[in-house]
Amino acid sequence: MMGIASALVLSALRTQVTFFMSPSDVLKNQPKPGTRFRLGGLVEAGTFHKGTGTTSTFKLTDGAQSLPVAYSGILPDLFKEGQGAIAEGRLEADGVFAADTVLAKHDEKYMPPEVAAALKKSGRWQEQGAKPKAAPGT
Amino acid sequence: MIVELGHFALILAFCVALVQCVSPLLGLALRDNRLLKIADASAPVLFVLIAYSFAALIYAHVVSDFSVANVFENSHSAKPLLYKISGVWGNHEGSMLLWVLILSLFGAAVWLFGRSLPLDLRAMVLAVQGAISATFVIFIVATSNPFLRIADAPAEGNGLNPILQDPALAIHPPLLYTGYVGFSMAFSFAIAALILGRVDSAWARWVRPWTLAAWIFLTLGIGVGSWWAYYTLGWGGWWFWDPVENASLMPWLTGTALLHSAIAMEKRDSLKAWTVLLAILTFSFSLLGTFLVRSGVLTSVHSFASDPARGVFILAIVSAFTAGGLALFAWRAAALSAGSPFSLVSRESSIVLNNLLLTASCGIVLIGTLYPLALEALTGDKISVGAPFFNATVVWIFMPLLLAVCFGMFLAWKRGDLREAAHRLWPAAAAALIAGLAASLEGGAGWKTVLAVTLGTWVLAGSVWEVLWRAKFLSAPLSETARRIWNMRRSQLAATLGHIGLGVAVIGIAGASAWNTERLTVMKQKDSVELAGYTVTFKNVFERDGPNYAELAGAFELRRGDKLIETIIASKRRYDAPPQATTQAGIAPRPFGDVYVVLGNELEGGAFAVRMYYHPFVRWIWGGALIMFIAGLVSLLDRRLRIGLPQRAAKTPLAPAPAAAE
Repeated sequence: MMGIASALVLSALRTQVTFFMSPSDVLKNQPKPGTRFRLGGLVEAGTFHKGTGTTSTFKLTDGAQSLPVAYSGILPDLFKEGQGAIAEGRLEADGVFAADTVLAKHDEKYMPPEVAAALKKSGRWQEQGAKPKAAPGT
Repeated sequence: MIVELGHFALILAFCVALVQCVSPLLGLALRDNRLLKIADASAPVLFVLIAYSFAALIYAHVVSDFSVANVFENSHSAKPLLYKISGVWGNHEGSMLLWVLILSLFGAAVWLFGRSLPLDLRAMVLAVQGAISATFVIFIVATSNPFLRIADAPAEGNGLNPILQDPALAIHPPLLYTGYVGFSMAFSFAIAALILGRVDSAWARWVRPWTLAAWIFLTLGIGVGSWWAYYTLGWGGWWFWDPVENASLMPWLTGTALLHSAIAMEKRDSLKAWTVLLAILTFSFSLLGTFLVRSGVLTSVHSFASDPARGVFILAIVSAFTAGGLALFAWRAAALSAGSPFSLVSRESSIVLNNLLLTASCGIVLIGTLYPLALEALTGDKISVGAPFFNATVVWIFMPLLLAVCFGMFLAWKRGDLREAAHRLWPAAAAALIAGLAASLEGGAGWKTVLAVTLGTWVLAGSVWEVLWRAKFLSAPLSETARRIWNMRRSQLAATLGHIGLGVAVIGIAGASAWNTERLTVMKQKDSVELAGYTVTFKNVFERDGPNYAELAGAFELRRGDKLIETIIASKRRYDAPPQATTQAGIAPRPFGDVYVVLGNELEGGAFAVRMYYHPFVRWIWGGALIMFIAGLVSLLDRRLRIGLPQRAAKTPLAPAPAAAE
């Protein structure tokens, strides 16, 4: 019984988990087209186009590199240029990341941890609102 | 002043909890009953102190006293009263205070209802409760004090995250915490039993109602959380396998196992050591859940490591209680006498199978939740373990579990007959096959869906049939059947009802996952869209103001044929404090599913992006949870199981205490 459960877990951990990459990681590692992963970064200013239909395009950047993303659907309430976002989907052969899910920051204080780490790695991280502010006074 | 007294009461509570923990242990060592009785006096005092402390914090929030840092950071004077109050537990400090409040409430309940318990057992239980209270109260005072003042009081507060300003989320944390913390009772009883070296069926009769009480609140809490996610997050997802959700699922799985094994222990005096172990594990998972949610480890392993005060403190608490409990179990479990033997095919072994499958699925959830954290800490790789992982694992464990449920109900204690059980179950099998066939004829159903619908119906029909069969339905006149059902023990009907809830939830999960349809369109006013046999017409948009937000709302007419069914309002809200937007989905509940409309962004030319869903069977999921909740209530209200234990049971001779305690 425990053996069956372990076998299930091991095979699922090999095939059913999603990796996170920053645009720099993607350009460095060149994942195979069709591999599913999460792409995270800031929505680059001036790249967000709503379009007339339901597909919108934007670029995600980690400061060093950026990658075009196409997403069909309604973006989350907190999706804005200059803010952090995570897109999940596949890299198409033309180099555009086709996202089927887009996650934005939860609130004004929170940055998706993967995005924060990607920005730190590329040296573009500013310590703003990253830590919950200490209570002033006593 | 009220706030300072609240702070003071909390510090005093720590001292009282310490006394409650230490004096019974001393009393046991010195064989002094007066010391044992001190715990009786301290439990209600502890509750009163923490209740005052909590009331003081609520008061500060209600009067918007922004000189209190916790109020300033999480409240706003324009917030409706309900959310001023629920904002108290919408933040870390306040929610931890709620946690210890509920803990002390359970302690006071032992004092109130436990008069018939042997003195030493009651004192030991209260001692363990005191130890848990003391550690969590000192955690709050040292690292998460909600009563800190700000020197220059700001005029206005920061406000509460609007996504939390919602009735379901106002009651979600208290429900969930009552579940989490309620399992501390099972833990305390287990530790007390190990210390005193005696576990018997009277012990199980005591533990079971407490576990059941915790379990029904946890069930309802998880259900309400899922319902909230469904209508708040804008696309109708009801479970995300998010670590925060998994944290509440793990104690639910082991708690469910504990409920079953405690029955075997109560009725047949078997599975003793295992039941005690499950009681320890279940509360450990509650503590682990508290750690995962409250330490910040989920936001980032690194921020956890760089700001460790809270996280390490809770981790230490979790480790101490878990390791301590398990060590005590390893040391003393051998002292628990082996219970009555049972054959391989019996009600007992079906409970063993139930327990194995439930703990296996809990183990899988544990691995899926902790693996990304461990991987990131060790290698820096970031992965997300989500629905695909759990669908490929937990689902496989649950299929045999569902298959076994009905057999378990038809097997006799001690020695059962599998062929006879299978023979009696033919109506359930027939119903399941018909439902499975119907599901497979419906388009879009994969074999997993068909299997899940079949098994869900099997559980549902098997549970109903069990009651009818026991009441001699078809083999006796209807009046006789009715009389027999009426005379059945409540706890038996409750078990049946609980399994019905399980079947309903499984059908709901299968149906909602397989047959939901999504339409993403651009609509101008007067445009219509067809969705699952309904016509949805975008009528107009209008603006309106709420108490602390302004919203842009779209009205959508839902028609079947030419008949107007209802007007759905979907809106986007803008809050000022904090400045944030939320999406309010418009939902029309229909007999077989929900029509779910989300108003998106305004596009050029006055058109709007509109997302629509048809979510069939989705209400069955929460309906199932609600049925399980009601089933638990029915069982709790059963005279024989009432918390204030019947005198007959109390008089059951217990092993003489001093001898057993060595």
